Amino acid sequence: MSVITYRQALRDTLRAEMVRDENVLVMGEEIGVFEGSYKITEGLLKEFGPRRVKDTPIAEEGFVGSAIGAAMLGLRPVVELMTINFSLIAIDQIINHAAKIYGMFGGQTSVPMVIRTPGGGGQQLGATHSQNIELFYSFIPGLKVLAPSTPAEASEMLRAAIRDDDPVLFLENLGLYNSKGEVADDYAEPSNDNVATIGRAKVTREGSDITLIGYSRMAMVANQVAEKLAEEDIDVEVVDLRSLRPLDRQTFVDSVRKTGAAVICEDDWLTYGIGAEIAASIQEGAFDYLDAPVRRVAMAEVPMPYAKPLETAALPSVESISTAIKETLSAVGKRVG
Amino acid sequence: MSEIQMPRLSDTMEEGVISTWVKNVGDKVASGDVLVEIETDKAVMEYEAYEDGFLVKQSVSEGETVPIGAVIGVIADSPDAVPEESGDGGAEAGPEPAKEEQAEKAEEIQEAARGTEAEKPSEAPAPPPGGEEAPRPRTSPLARRLAKEYGLDINRIQGSGPKGRIVRADIEAARERGVEEAAPAARAKEEAKPAAEKAVSAPAFDDGRDSEELRVSNVRKVIARRLTESKQTVPHFYLRRTIDAEALKAFRAQINEQLSSTGVKVSFNDLIVKASATALKLHPAVNTSWVDDKLLQHHRINVGVAVAVDAGLVVPVLHDTDKATLSEISTNTRELAGKARDGKLKPQEMSGGTFSVSNLGMFGVDSFSAVINPPEAAILAVGAMRQEPVVVDGEVVARNRISLELSVDHRAVDGAVGAAFLKDLAEILEEPMRILL
Repeated sequence: MSVITYRQALRDTLRAEMVRDENVLVMGEEIGVFEGSYKITEGLLKEFGPRRVKDTPIAEEGFVGSAIGAAMLGLRPVVELMTINFSLIAIDQIINHAAKIYGMFGGQTSVPMVIRTPGGGGQQLGATHSQNIELFYSFIPGLKVLAPSTPAEASEMLRAAIRDDDPVLFLENLGLYNSKGEVADDYAEPSNDNVATIGRAKVTREGSDITLIGYSRMAMVANQVAEKLAEEDIDVEVVDLRSLRPLDRQTFVDSVRKTGAAVICEDDWLTYGIGAEIAASIQEGAFDYLDAPVRRVAMAEVPMPYAKPLETAALPSVESISTAIKETLSAVGKRVG
Repeated sequence: MSEIQMPRLSDTMEEGVISTWVKNVGDKVASGDVLVEIETDKAVMEYEAYEDGFLVKQSVSEGETVPIGAVIGVIADSPDAVPEESGDGGAEAGPEPAKEEQAEKAEEIQEAARGTEAEKPSEAPAPPPGGEEAPRPRTSPLARRLAKEYGLDINRIQGSGPKGRIVRADIEAARERGVEEAAPAARAKEEAKPAAEKAVSAPAFDDGRDSEELRVSNVRKVIARRLTESKQTVPHFYLRRTIDAEALKAFRAQINEQLSSTGVKVSFNDLIVKASATALKLHPAVNTSWVDDKLLQHHRINVGVAVAVDAGLVVPVLHDTDKATLSEISTNTRELAGKARDGKLKPQEMSGGTFSVSNLGMFGVDSFSAVINPPEAAILAVGAMRQEPVVVDGEVVARNRISLELSVDHRAVDGAVGAAFLKDLAEILEEPMRILL
């Protein structure tokens, strides 16, 4: 086992997959000569050359469309969109082409492509560059949406995404790139076949008092919340959704059936957000097991402010999530500080 | 913003009267503060806030009666918040707020959204007006499922969650206490109710009596319902016996002399309550309840003492009367009677009785027949002590005597069993040292 950053796990896995399969290529803005805005493609141009590492113009609709065409013809493109906010320019390609081609044309060709893109706020990038709009893609049948929260998962899930025959939106997060975690020693080996199963959530911490559900950066924060509350004798079970589509309802429903209460934390907006779907699924699957209403802790319903104190206040925090948990537990007779 | 609803504060409560608003509109409220005093069918109880904020509306004014679940007030995050009739969280912003207002507006939206997350007032609509049935209690789905699993009647369980919501903890606690024993009593009562109500139809207006309808307190309504139920469903029989109270009088004087420095003064009634407990210990067959074709043997002896208060009759219960000392009985009875007069008795101080004592001696009543307080199997009616001529050793002498009359539920206790109990009770009172045995 070694401890590396989320960024490193992505970079090394991407490289390993390029070594393993010559049909894998990467494309995007500033990913070649500049080695990527977040350095996920560091060294790839040198190693694989410009045929497989393509710097594109600032034209998302064009290069996402090109990648779809390449995938239809047998390549496995991995497109980097500098942030998920820029996917809006390519949204027609993603939703109306990548997601639909396999079904609309009778299965004649699949679209084995990956769109890697970071979401998330907290970096003072302003309202247009700090959004969490993965919901748009999670909503679309025909797409898969993965959202790993640790270096090990980033590695195993990127491998799964590249090897999968369907278009995958691979959600990263600006707040996760520098986070560290353990990975297997052979995580960067091209021969590594440890591939995550797409569509599986995971209980990342077992507990008995309440279920806390998150994904991506919020899964990391959820574990911090659980650790902090453990000091106050509150036993939180954490579920990392990992895959937003397909959504693994069974895992979190089972957890809520055990604990009787749930709090969902999400970096996106509350109204119509991912948490709304989770909450609805909980009441469908665990209604008779709920001892308290399901709570959601989400971002403030505003375009993200630029000023640091306002940005911090707008995002869910360890404190706001802890408060929701304590209020919920207090409502079921588990009186807590 | 969230609505406060009339809570269920006792097992039998169906509606409540706003007795006193402790917080005024605009007052800051912290979770745990007493908001309002509510008169239930049994007592005036304090009701606390479950959240922080400001009381922005009192929907029900003092003296008004509303059913359980009706909105009685609104708590908001700001003292200036205007409560909406619908109680909708209003989480959606209007079209394009002006730029400088956005941050502020956003905070409000978030607050409002949080409000709807935490407690959706619309989840339990007010009960339909005029309905005979009690409104469904607020419960968590888990609590409802567990109650069903354990065979508990959820209507008999008091909720400890926000706005009285019944949660798992309440079900587990009820299971430990064994609420299922009490459940059949509730059913019997419900069955008795329609008949009782039919009996008092058609108020006699416009027939030359010059009548007006008076406001009826909840306590009054409960007395009417329970005693009608008792007289209509419990086959009473009565046993009378007059005791010689000379020894009891001397015993009381002696005890009070001993206690004079403590300020405690034991009354005749205290002695009779204690003697009843001692006699019940000798005759457990009287310490029973006939409930729904089942005979329940109670292992605790809890004697209730009828107390007349302005609102009507209440019966505070002395739990484990057999184990209490005379001075404890005296002190506790005084304290409970005081609380009863102030309407501050808690439901648990009025429940769980296994036998009752009613004393009208202070009004000079010679003797009377009391109505049994269900599900108890018997009640002792105590008359005044008076001097009477009696024959002692062939001579007529004046002696202090007290008349006792025992009303007994024949379903639970037969005549001979009741008579044996009354015999021992009388003998204990005539040789009062036995009270202490």
